[in-house]
Amino acid sequence: MIEVKNIEKSFESNHVLKNVSAVFETGKTNMIIGGSGSGKTVLMKSIIGLHRIDGGRIEYDGRNLPDMKMSEIRLLRREVGMLFQGSALFDSLTVLENVIYPLEMFSPSTKEEMLERARFCLKHVNLEEKAFGLAPSEISGGMQKRVAIARAIALQPKYLFCDEPNSGLDPKTSLVIDQLIHEVTHEFEITTIINSHDMNSVMEIGENIIFIEKGEKAWQGNKDDIFHVDNEALNNFVFASELFKKVKRTNQ
Amino acid sequence: MGLIADTGKYILLMKRVFVAPDRGRMFFRQFPKELEKLGLQSLPIVAIISVFIGFIMTMQTKLNTSNPLLPVYTTGLVTRDTLLLEFSSTILCLILAGKVGSNIASEIGTMRITEQIDALEIMGVNSANYLILPKVVAFVVMMPFLVIFSMALGIFGGYFVGVLTTIMTTGDYLAGIKFAFVPYYVFYSLIKSMIFAFLISSVAAFYGYYSYGGALDVGKSSTNAVVNGSILILFFNILITKIMLN
Repeated sequence: MIEVKNIEKSFESNHVLKNVSAVFETGKTNMIIGGSGSGKTVLMKSIIGLHRIDGGRIEYDGRNLPDMKMSEIRLLRREVGMLFQGSALFDSLTVLENVIYPLEMFSPSTKEEMLERARFCLKHVNLEEKAFGLAPSEISGGMQKRVAIARAIALQPKYLFCDEPNSGLDPKTSLVIDQLIHEVTHEFEITTIINSHDMNSVMEIGENIIFIEKGEKAWQGNKDDIFHVDNEALNNFVFASELFKKVKRTNQ
Repeated sequence: MGLIADTGKYILLMKRVFVAPDRGRMFFRQFPKELEKLGLQSLPIVAIISVFIGFIMTMQTKLNTSNPLLPVYTTGLVTRDTLLLEFSSTILCLILAGKVGSNIASEIGTMRITEQIDALEIMGVNSANYLILPKVVAFVVMMPFLVIFSMALGIFGGYFVGVLTTIMTTGDYLAGIKFAFVPYYVFYSLIKSMIFAFLISSVAAFYGYYSYGGALDVGKSSTNAVVNGSILILFFNILITKIMLN
């Protein structure tokens, strides 16, 4: 479980995060949603430790990130997997080597065991064996995302962060990625935090949703609660399209 | 103010670079690749430039010192000492600052803007150490070989003036090459080039590592790496010469 308490973050005179508190539960797909410039990316980067917060606490199962030394943060990060918006696969390595990489860095396993684990992870995300030897530039965006998920789970992380996982993908592939994230979260009991503004994802896998508006937590609930909210900013954001307005009316 | 801040940032980055690698085997896997990429792949450009500069330097020296009072070995002597003292270390490094510096800055810069460096950091890898250390060490190790290679080919290029033209004989040239040879000049040149290699690779890595934005910004980082690397070479050239030759 990750718990953030009263976190504050400013960039010079720009006060981006204002007293944000939230609990991200283990074994659930926790989503941070909000419009562009609302502060959701800063919140996620602050939780990971890529931004130093100005005040508050970020507790990874009781361990407060801002109190940690760099060496302790590095150790903590070995428990973290991350899926980046652009996949962030290493260009110079093949698909299989990308997944083996974190194992080679931190796992005490033998080469055969690492290879077996990497193959298991790639097969788990439904990647065909013939793609294992290809470079990331030779596979589609959806396949790159799947490889990135395989790499993120290779070290059996306790925490998984996904930054706009469906960015640039078609609706069908987006659904596959959402389902994969949901599956690995439940199967491996991971605390997953997804930063998204894709409403399909929210409706599909949002088990714990935090809505950020102008740097403040404006709402928290799940995908079922979201139909019965009277928060105007949230309704304007989530039910912006006619389709979603119709869905909301049907669910009410 | 910017210069002081950048110097501080550079020193802090180097503190992260020069620590024991997280996994030694990963360093030793990367190191030969960098030797090949930064060193061996520079051989063609070093060879072409050295031969031609050796040739033209010998020709120019001969044509501009056609005084009967000057001994016949003058041209060979001037060519040799210029190659040994300045060309094969300083000028060669200025050229390599363009080739190797831009290569390092753009490679690391692209990794930065495509979040590959963030991915390493999130994994708990010391990205500065993992990405920069093999490049710096490989280039510093390769540089003396490139310098010796350049010296040899430069002298060889000068020899061709005697073979291909009638302005001097190969005998006169070789007499100058052998005359009053100071082995310390080679040592001085090698030490100097290793310091320059460190400056080129570490400054380029610094600009690449702190790239941000898009492709255009990586291009800017690459340009900054080459320009500032070259300025530092010129500055340190004076400093090292003052210390080692005075």
